[in-house]
Amino acid sequence: MRAVVTVIGKDNVGILHKVSEVCAEMSVNIIEVTQSVLQDMFAMIMLVDITDMNRDFAELVDGMTNLGSKLGLSIHTMHEDIFNSMHNI
Amino acid sequence: MLNIYNILETIRMIQDECLDIRTITMGISLLDCIDTNIDRACEKVYSKITSKAGNLVEVGQKIEKEYGIPIVNKRISVTPISMLAAACPNESPVKFAKALQKAADTCGVNFIGGYSALVHKGFSAGDEALIKSIPEALDITQNICSSVNIGSTKSGINMDAVKLMGEIVKETAERTADRDCIGAAKLVVFCNAVEDNPFMAGAFHGVGEPDCEIHVGVSGPGVVRSALSKYPDAPINELADIIKKTAFKITRMGQLVGARASELLGVPFGIVDLSLAPTPAIGDSVAHILEEMGLEMCGTHGTTACLAMLNDAVKKGGVMASSTVGGLSGAFIPVSEDAGMIDAAVAGILSLEKLEAMTAVCSVGLDMIVVPGEISPETISAIIADEAAIGMVNTKTTAVRLIPAIGKKEGEMLEFGGLLGSGPVMPVKEKSAAKFINRGGRIPAPMHSLKN
Repeated sequence: MRAVVTVIGKDNVGILHKVSEVCAEMSVNIIEVTQSVLQDMFAMIMLVDITDMNRDFAELVDGMTNLGSKLGLSIHTMHEDIFNSMHNI
Repeated sequence: MLNIYNILETIRMIQDECLDIRTITMGISLLDCIDTNIDRACEKVYSKITSKAGNLVEVGQKIEKEYGIPIVNKRISVTPISMLAAACPNESPVKFAKALQKAADTCGVNFIGGYSALVHKGFSAGDEALIKSIPEALDITQNICSSVNIGSTKSGINMDAVKLMGEIVKETAERTADRDCIGAAKLVVFCNAVEDNPFMAGAFHGVGEPDCEIHVGVSGPGVVRSALSKYPDAPINELADIIKKTAFKITRMGQLVGARASELLGVPFGIVDLSLAPTPAIGDSVAHILEEMGLEMCGTHGTTACLAMLNDAVKKGGVMASSTVGGLSGAFIPVSEDAGMIDAAVAGILSLEKLEAMTAVCSVGLDMIVVPGEISPETISAIIADEAAIGMVNTKTTAVRLIPAIGKKEGEMLEFGGLLGSGPVMPVKEKSAAKFINRGGRIPAPMHSLKN
């Protein structure tokens, strides 16, 4: 099972570090990181493996959202199924 | 494979374009709760609903977290209560309304629909008592919705019921006049009502449905409008293709959420309602889609054509995205719940007559329309009859949800707040249809109902 973490907002020092820290704490494995400036915004997209996660998925969502509000960024954590079902037939 | 543009598109739809799951609605059959003792029947109703839907809200919230998509409403629809009331002829059906309200409070759902009666061909035991109790039931409860089916293509229009419903709508508004006549906003009169509708106020759980199931209603007018805005000069057939693609994506999400809810609740998946349901929020308006197509304001000439194309494209795009499509499926045009419709009605461009024409080509009918408080019950009945005739002849569902603004006149506003929004009092014709309505009887079913 995989999830997608997206970080959108103003660039800053240490974003990747702090997001990875939350992942590591919950035993969430980072598979892929893409970072670019798209449609006038800085965007980082992280694909993570949640199969061996040691917490509830909701805790990862809340952890990331809280981190986002602390850093003034918008961080969303969503199960990959939503993207797959919406964009693939 | 996941692609960065797709990911950003999904997030933009949810964050900026108000994409949401409008409702997950659990349909629950109450046929096994019928009892000649009304108190015992009410107990059975309460325990069946709470045992089936006890964790509906919790599951809804879990799915919201998992997929990052808001699920605005968690609702329940039940077997038309008139069928339960039929077994208790000397009791007031209002007791059932109280039991439903208690169940809604325990489950924490937004609405329970099904305080309903199906009288398209005539009244059977329980129907008349239930209909007459609607004003009181909607007055003393907060989260109960009521609907009455007064006509169908197969059976014609029951004009006695049409007459009665004019009186009931007016009385319901009067009883809740101190609360902006909110009672009438929870009451809808149908022709060709569907049995698996997840949307309120018209949801009920038909007798042909399984014991318990989950329906999903999606929404996304903002997403469609935004997609169209990227093609300011495209011919209309290209716009139709863009709407189809967008509707496909929106519906796929509904299918995903419905399947997940069904899995978590251990209840079969019913249908996805392919719908464009607006809210009063800026950027969530069906009227604004029509304006994006090239109308200066919704309600002007050309509105019906634009809406017909939109409604058709939504269905074509959505139908492949879901394994089972049902409910009302189409674009909704509730005036008070749509920022663009409200503006157009205030400006006097969107009239009741235009809305009536629009209902011939889109989902449902005259919805959330505020009319003067002085309106006579016969005029309400006549509006219901007109709308039912459109539904009957065109073999489609039509509905009337009028709110007589007691004590208010044309030009004033009613404020419901929340998803129900606000609406200006719209003018109605002054000449009477009372003689026609008072005739009673039944409008025979049209020729094309004879299909066998």
